[in-house]
Amino acid sequence: MISLAGRDILHSWGKFVFTGMGLGLLIGITLSMAGIYRGMVDDAKVLLDNSGADLWVVQKDTLGPYAEPSSIYDDIWRGIRGIPGVDQAANITYLTMQVSKDSGDVRVMVAGITPGGPGTPGWPPYLVAGRQITRSHYEAVADIASGLKLGERIKLRRHHYTIVGLTRRMVSSNGDPMVFIPLKDAQEEQFLKDNDAIWAQRRRTAQNPAFNRPGVPGLLDAVIASQSTNPYVNAVLVRVKKGYDPEQVAESIRRWKRLTVYTRSQMEKILVGKLIATAAKQIFMFLVILSLVSSAIVAFIIYTLTLGKIREIAVLKLIGTKNRTIIALIMQQSIALGLIGFVVGKISATLLMAPIFPKHVLLEPLDSAIGLIAVVMICVLSSIVAIRAALKVDPAEAIGG
Amino acid sequence: MSGKGIQIVGLRKRYGSGDTAVDALRKVDMHVAPGEVVGLIGPSGSGKTTLLKCLGAVIEPTAGKMILGDDVIYDDGWKVKDLRALRRDRIGFVFQAPYLIPFLDVTDNVALLPMLAGIPNAEARKRAIELFKALDVEHRAKAMPSQLSGGEQQRVAIARGLVNRPPVILADEPTAPLDSERALAVIRILNDMAKKFETAIIVVTHDEKIIPTFKRIYHIRDGVTYEEAGEGRDFE
Ligand SMILES: Nc1ncnc2c1ncn2[C@@H]1O[C@H](COP(=O)(O)OP(=O)(O)OP(=O)(O)O)[C@@H](O)[C@H]1O
Ligand SMILES: [Mg+2]
Repeated sequence: MISLAGRDILHSWGKFVFTGMGLGLLIGITLSMAGIYRGMVDDAKVLLDNSGADLWVVQKDTLGPYAEPSSIYDDIWRGIRGIPGVDQAANITYLTMQVSKDSGDVRVMVAGITPGGPGTPGWPPYLVAGRQITRSHYEAVADIASGLKLGERIKLRRHHYTIVGLTRRMVSSNGDPMVFIPLKDAQEEQFLKDNDAIWAQRRRTAQNPAFNRPGVPGLLDAVIASQSTNPYVNAVLVRVKKGYDPEQVAESIRRWKRLTVYTRSQMEKILVGKLIATAAKQIFMFLVILSLVSSAIVAFIIYTLTLGKIREIAVLKLIGTKNRTIIALIMQQSIALGLIGFVVGKISATLLMAPIFPKHVLLEPLDSAIGLIAVVMICVLSSIVAIRAALKVDPAEAIGG
Repeated sequence: MSGKGIQIVGLRKRYGSGDTAVDALRKVDMHVAPGEVVGLIGPSGSGKTTLLKCLGAVIEPTAGKMILGDDVIYDDGWKVKDLRALRRDRIGFVFQAPYLIPFLDVTDNVALLPMLAGIPNAEARKRAIELFKALDVEHRAKAMPSQLSGGEQQRVAIARGLVNRPPVILADEPTAPLDSERALAVIRILNDMAKKFETAIIVVTHDEKIIPTFKRIYHIRDGVTYEEAGEGRDFE
């Protein structure tokens, strides 16, 4: 037996290839949407991985530091370091802001990292160029995706920083590139007021009789000093010693420090389940709509192709072709169309679409496999209308009048 | 290939029912022996196509009896379960229009029938080529149907009707698109095939060129058949 579907496709390959390409672009968009979602999840995981932390200690009852603001005193880490099972504990601050550079603005997440050198939680684990921060002020390490160059000077709020190193794939859960600066600087940038505001506050404090008492020298200075320093950080990153269960260590921090502590898996749930949940739903809706559109297109094309073959189908029936063979003819063509579409879609998603999207598009082989199965199933379902039309064809039509 | 060819007794076919009912066949009696080619002639609307459709098992008669070879296929109801297999294995069709499958080449258009009956591709194609030799279209065996002339297409269609060596061939105006020389050639082929394979052949026609070639003719008028001796003129 020969493949009727195959012969028909070879005979009118132009139709199949062009329809397949149109369908392929749709499938490509669908794969890219899935890739964008995977990219978001991946960004979140990369953020957690690169932080080098096993536990996140944050303000009590918050989902900080990424999904909600969190603020804790910057000396808490000392106490945490003494808890059994804690290897390292380091302060961290995060601040998303707009950085101006020569070629326009770029949105970055500024991370303030404690002095200590590479390996300290919060530090970028590796660089692609330059060196880590070595001075305690006004040096920065930036992600290459920010477009910043080694030696470039950027302004964050009131201070200028020199880029001394570059990282790769260090992004926030939003996909914004990260810029690392010393913790002290970051604390200042986060809370520091401009000069006028400081002047105004000093004057107000000095005029307050409660702070400016005769006979209590030094009180005013102490108050002003406490007003103009920032003793807060967003979180403490904790690395757990080998052989300790992070959940148990987290539990003792919770009990002794009365703070909220998240483990790696809890943090991932917060990022994926809460921070990017809406975006994920949106993408899922797009996937559903695109699938519906694709199946409508396949159904319409296959139906039209079948209507164009009514006479041949009548002849096939007259000469004794089984319904099974005719169903196979239509279904195989539908699947072939889907496969052409899938190949075109996969290629266009990989080579055309992924590079031009601003966000990280992660095309997972598993998603492609699921996509392939979905395409085949959609094609099988879409051919049902055409198959019904074909089965209704009367073999007497081949004989004519 | 053996048996008694085609026998039709008191066949009736009514389309529709009630006021709009049409009695297309009212009393058809026919007998075609194996190896015989008979003509079926009648004015438009007399029931020729309806008769071929009944015989070809694509529409169901209303009453009567049809016998193919030794088997009663219809006796006030179908006596055969698988009508498609019946059509595939025991009835060859040749239509006025060739109705070839456009996406298959000439050989596979014909070889498809034995393939559908489960015969291996190579063997099926061999059978097709043998027929092409007899029908003088062998040189076009690799062409696509759209590349053939009308007469060549018709000969390929005849090969398709013959390839499964059915005991019965039903031809509806097979010579209509052909010139008189080609038309006579087709009749010659049908007669040759009838003799060679002991086939019973019914040819529906209006074609004045070929009517004189039949030895026996059935006239049909208002759904009733009348037998008549034909001229049986030599068409060589
Ligand atoms: N499907 C149908 N439903 C109702 N009436 C039909 C149907 N097919 C044919 N008829 C009627 O049955 C009668 C015989 O039709 P048939 O097609 O057999 O004629 P014919 O001899 O082949 O004519 P022609 O030479 O014009 O092809 C006609 O009166 C026709 O109108
Ligand atoms: Mg007719």
